[in-house]
Parts: sequence; C-alpha cells; structure tokens
Amino acid sequence: MDSKIKQALKWIGLGFLEPLINLIRGKEVQKNTRLVLRQIVVPILSVFIFLGACDYGAQYLYNIERERKIEKTRATLGDAEALKMQQSIDAGDLSNKPNSLPSPSDVKNGAIALWEDHQMVSAKKKAFEEKTAALNKQRKAAGQDPITYTGRPSFVDQIITSLKTVFAGFLLAALLAIPAGIVLGLSPTLRSALNWVIQIFKPVSPVVWLLLVSMVVKTVLANSTSDKSFIISFISVGLCSMWATLVNTAMGVSSVDKDYLNVSKVLRLGVFSNVFKVILPASIPMIFTGLRITLSVSWMVLIAIELLAQSPGLGSFVWEEFQNGANDSNAKIIVAMFVIGFIGFGLDRLMMVIQKFASFDSK
Amino acid sequence: MAAFLELRNVSKGYGSGENRVEVLKNINLSIEEGEFIAIVGFTGSGKTTLISLIAGLIEPDEGEILLKGQKINGPGPDRGVIFQNYSLLPWLSVFGNIELAVKQVFPNMSPVDRADHIAKYIEMVNLTPAIQKKPSELSGGMRQRVSVARALAMDPEVLLMDEPLSALDALTRGTLQMEIEKIWYESRKTVVLITNDVDEGILLADRVIPLTPGPGATLGTEYKIGFSRPRDKAAINADPNFKKERNDIINYLDEIGQHRSVNNGEEYVLPDLQPKYLSTKLPLI
Ligand SMILES: Nc1ncnc2c1ncn2[C@@H]1O[C@H](COP(=O)(O)OP(=O)(O)OP(=O)(O)O)[C@@H](O)[C@H]1O
Ligand SMILES: [Mg+2]
Repeated sequence: MDSKIKQALKWIGLGFLEPLINLIRGKEVQKNTRLVLRQIVVPILSVFIFLGACDYGAQYLYNIERERKIEKTRATLGDAEALKMQQSIDAGDLSNKPNSLPSPSDVKNGAIALWEDHQMVSAKKKAFEEKTAALNKQRKAAGQDPITYTGRPSFVDQIITSLKTVFAGFLLAALLAIPAGIVLGLSPTLRSALNWVIQIFKPVSPVVWLLLVSMVVKTVLANSTSDKSFIISFISVGLCSMWATLVNTAMGVSSVDKDYLNVSKVLRLGVFSNVFKVILPASIPMIFTGLRITLSVSWMVLIAIELLAQSPGLGSFVWEEFQNGANDSNAKIIVAMFVIGFIGFGLDRLMMVIQKFASFDSK
Repeated sequence: MAAFLELRNVSKGYGSGENRVEVLKNINLSIEEGEFIAIVGFTGSGKTTLISLIAGLIEPDEGEILLKGQKINGPGPDRGVIFQNYSLLPWLSVFGNIELAVKQVFPNMSPVDRADHIAKYIEMVNLTPAIQKKPSELSGGMRQRVSVARALAMDPEVLLMDEPLSALDALTRGTLQMEIEKIWYESRKTVVLITNDVDEGILLADRVIPLTPGPGATLGTEYKIGFSRPRDKAAINADPNFKKERNDIINYLDEIGQHRSVNNGEEYVLPDLQPKYLSTKLPLI
C-alpha cells in the first residue's frame, strides 16, 4: 500500500513527500525527520519568506507612490487638499489608491475578485443558454445557426481558451515536427540540405511568426467564417515551438546506437520494420524530450502571441488589464502571472509523466 | 573444392592518412561445413573486427570472404551473431527480442509454433522465469544468455560468437560451454567462436587459431584439437593431452605476446626480475 503511494508520488514528480510518509509510519525517525525538514519544511518556509519579501517590497513602493501623490497635490492644490488626500489614501479610498506593485494580500483579493467575476459571468451565461434553448432548437430545425452567448469571457474562460490554443498549437507542432524529424534523421543528405532552414527559422521570434502567419491566413481564409484569430495564434504557436521537437527527433533518429542497427542489419529487417521496430523505439526518449520542450515553449510564446493577435486568452487578459488601469488591475496581472506559471509547471509535469511511460530506460 | 566459409587475404584498417591503423592483415582461413573454430587473441587485436567482417557488417579493404563459394554481400540471417556487448533492444522483453529475430527468419511460422520455438530457446539458456523482463532488469550474464538464445533461435548456417561467455561467472560459464557443445553436436552448425579463454577454445573447438597482437594482426599457427565428441568437461580436464595442448598454445601466445612488447619500438629499462605466472591463464582480457 505504502509502496504504491510512494511509487505514484515518484511518478508525478512528488517523490520528495516520501520521507513524510515514512515519518508518519514511524520508520527511521531521525533520518526521515532530517529529510522532511530539508525537503518539505524548508521549501514551505521559503514560500513564506518570499511572500514576506514581496509584502515588504510592495509596502516600500506603495509608500513612495503615496508620498509622491501627496506632494503633487500639495504643489498644485495646497496644504489643505494634501492633508485631505493623505486621509483619503490612508482610509483606503480606492479612487485615490496609489498605483504600484500590489502586495500579496492585494493579489489574494484580486484572485477572489476574479473568481467571483467568473461565477457571475457563468451564471449569466447559463441563464442565457436556458433562455435561448428553445429558440435554438427551432433555429436548428430551420437550418439556421444557433444564437450564442457573446458576453464578456471570465478569467476561467480565458484560461480554457488559452489551453485550447496551446494544445492545438502543440498538436500541430508534433504532427509537423515528428515526421519531418524522422525523415531528416534518416537522410544525411536532406539533413545537410535543410540545415540552414532550421538554423535560421529556429531563433525567429514569436512576434514575427505571428505576422507571417497572419499574412498567409488572411489571404487563404479571406472568405471563411472560421475564427481567424484562433487559427492564426495556434499556427504561430505551433511554428514557434516545433523546432525543439524537429531537432531532437532528427538527432535521435540519426544517432541510434550502432549496436541496435547491427541487430537490424544482421536480421536484414526491411526499411519499414527497421524504422518502426528499431529506429523509432530507440529514439522515443529523444522525441519526448523534444516534445516536452515544445510544450513549454508553446505555453511561453502563447501569451505574447495572444496579446498581439487580439485573440482571447490569458495574453489578451493581461494586456487588457494593463490598459484598463483599474485600481486592482495590477493585482489581477500578478494573479494571471501565477496562473500562467502554475499551468506551465503542470503541463511540464504532465509531459514528464508521459515521457516516463514512453521511454524504456527509466524502468 | 572450395571450403564452406573462406577468408582470402582479408585486410582491414580504420581511418586514413596519419591516423590510419591497420587492424587485420592477410587473414586466410578455410572452414569446413560443421566445423567448430575458436579464435583466441589479445584484447584490441581485432577479434570483433574479424567477426564483423564475416558477419558482413563491415567490408574488407582487401581480399574477399566467401560463403559456400559465394562472395558475401552484407549481413544476413544465415550468419547468426552473438555480439560481444549483447546488443539487445532495451524496449523489448526477453521474449520480444527473440521474437523479432524469429519472425524475421521464419515469417511463415504460425504464432503458436513461434511461441513454442522461442520458449524452447529461452528454456535452453535457463531464462524462463525472466521471459517477460526487459534487458535493463537483467544481469550482464543473463543478457548474454538472451543474446545466445536469440542467435540460436534464428537457426543460422553459421554461428558467429564474439566472446559470448566472457561476462559470466565460472560456474554458469561451464554450464553454457556444455550447452554450446550439446547444441553444436546436435545441429552440427559451422561455428566461429572468439574467446580470450584458451581452455574454452580447447574444450569446444576442432581447431584453435591464435590471432597475433595488432596492429596488423593475422592468424598464427593453428592447433587441431582431437578430443572425441560429445565432449565432457571433466573428462577433458583430466586428459593429459589437454594439459599439453593448453601449454603449447599458452606458450605460443606468450611468445607472440612478448614479441608485441618488443615491437612497439620504445626501450624500457626493466628491473632484473624473472616473470612468474601466478595463474596459468594468460592475462588476455
Ligand atoms: N569503428 C572503428 N573505427 C576506428 N578504429 C576502430 C573501430 N573499431 C575498432 N577499431 C580499432 O581496431 C582495433 C581492434 O578492435 P576490435 O574491437 O576488433 O578488438 P577486439 O580484439 O575485439 O578487442 P576486445 O578483446 O577488447 O573485444 C582497436 O585498436 C580499435 O581501436
Ligand atoms: Mg571485441
């Protein structure tokens, strides 16, 4: 039972919890206490220290902004107004709140506000759907498009949109890069013929890809009703992130252990068997390393691309909040930052688990 | 009449220009069908290179290799190879590794027959309990046994073995030597065994042929081993002829081995000591 839990924890990369289980079971108390201290207590402490430092920093910047605001009022409107301003700020009046780095508690409030907003928006959406359900049935029967909710998306909706875009981009990258990588890996001639393409396009910035893709998509899909901004952003994400998989696959395929190739040669395996039974399985670990990098690159460039492509998602959320400049906008941006970070971390872990499943040398 | 397997003036080197190393020089060897040949040689002298040449994995720079009068043209399943470093595919189980070979060599075998065939060879090397294990879960010796089973299951005309037992402990080694002897006796395959163990060569082979130290290694004086078949390890060990053969071969290797150290051109000031062999085995590995 215990060993199963430990195994599972290790698989998802939480192996550091193992000493805690041992400690609870009373095994090797001294050693496990030390391990628990180092692997669990110290990281948690460091989180608090981090929060404390943020709080201090935020307070410090807040005070500078506050002084500046008061001094400015004093300079333009006189001492009486300055005093009023000071009282108003210290009383927590939102309209006069100095705009600076939000403190951890501001961020917490921002998160709560976003969550409440999400519940409100989804309630609205649900109500709308209930209201239009009957009508939509009629329209469907008549061959018309259903009426859809066009209100403002909530934060959670934005996250889901971003995830969809990233997965579409990731799939595109995998579908392009793995077969291309295999072909390149098998043929040294093609490899040297196309090396310059890879070397030149690999470092191109996401922004340029986006512009390039939109040039093409705009023309190709000029008359289509499909969601162009989504298509543009996922294709750009795919093109930006596919290079890691392409290079790793080609490398894996071209550097298969000579011993394995000797086995294949002695058995006189055909081209098909040679590729699918020897070369591909041998390069799976490299391919997955590439895919893992591709997924994290996708997630990283996605935000920038959404921001520019005006397509809904976390990127545009951050941008809108920044433009908006409401008193809790900064806090919401920080919330988004953490959400982006955690999702990126989660995606990476997910890929790691899949990679472990797929590779033969980890068992 | 041409021999079953014949090497004519085969030479092989690696690299070019200043980095050129002649590994094998003027190798001549004729092997009759059903003969068991052992080649003993020093480490790095080119034993694996020789096996790879016969297997067709590399091509000779000069000379030719004929199998049944036909010049060999690349590798093929008619020459089963037991590689020195096992060469098992790590993503396949013991069964899967052998299955890949058997499927390729006997494409028309029914699945049931095939499973039986594979199981028979796994049983032969005593690996039935590990049949579903991956190579990474096996010890070095077990991996080598899988490699032996894979080559045997292909039922090749020529069996090329590159130090197949060198990673095994003495006991398992003895058992597998007898296993190889039995298999050979039953199937009368043509076998080329590379070994660093003179005893093993004498025990198993019809002829023991030393490979001189490289660079430019070539085959030395051959020793015919006349013990009757099937052979029995205990009986042979007790045979006075065995001691004699072994001493002859070891003395010969010793001689060419000393030649090697003189040959490298540098002069060493040696302390005035008499060499003394604590064990009768030469430090060949
Ligand atoms: N692919 C290669 N490229 C260059 N040199 C090589 C290559 N393969 C082998 N050699 C060289 O050829 C020589 C003989 O190598 P080989 O592997 O045949 O020796 P060996 O007798 O099998 O040694 P061991 O007893 O250690 O297995 C060595 O000096 C080695 O460095
Ligand atoms: Mg070797």
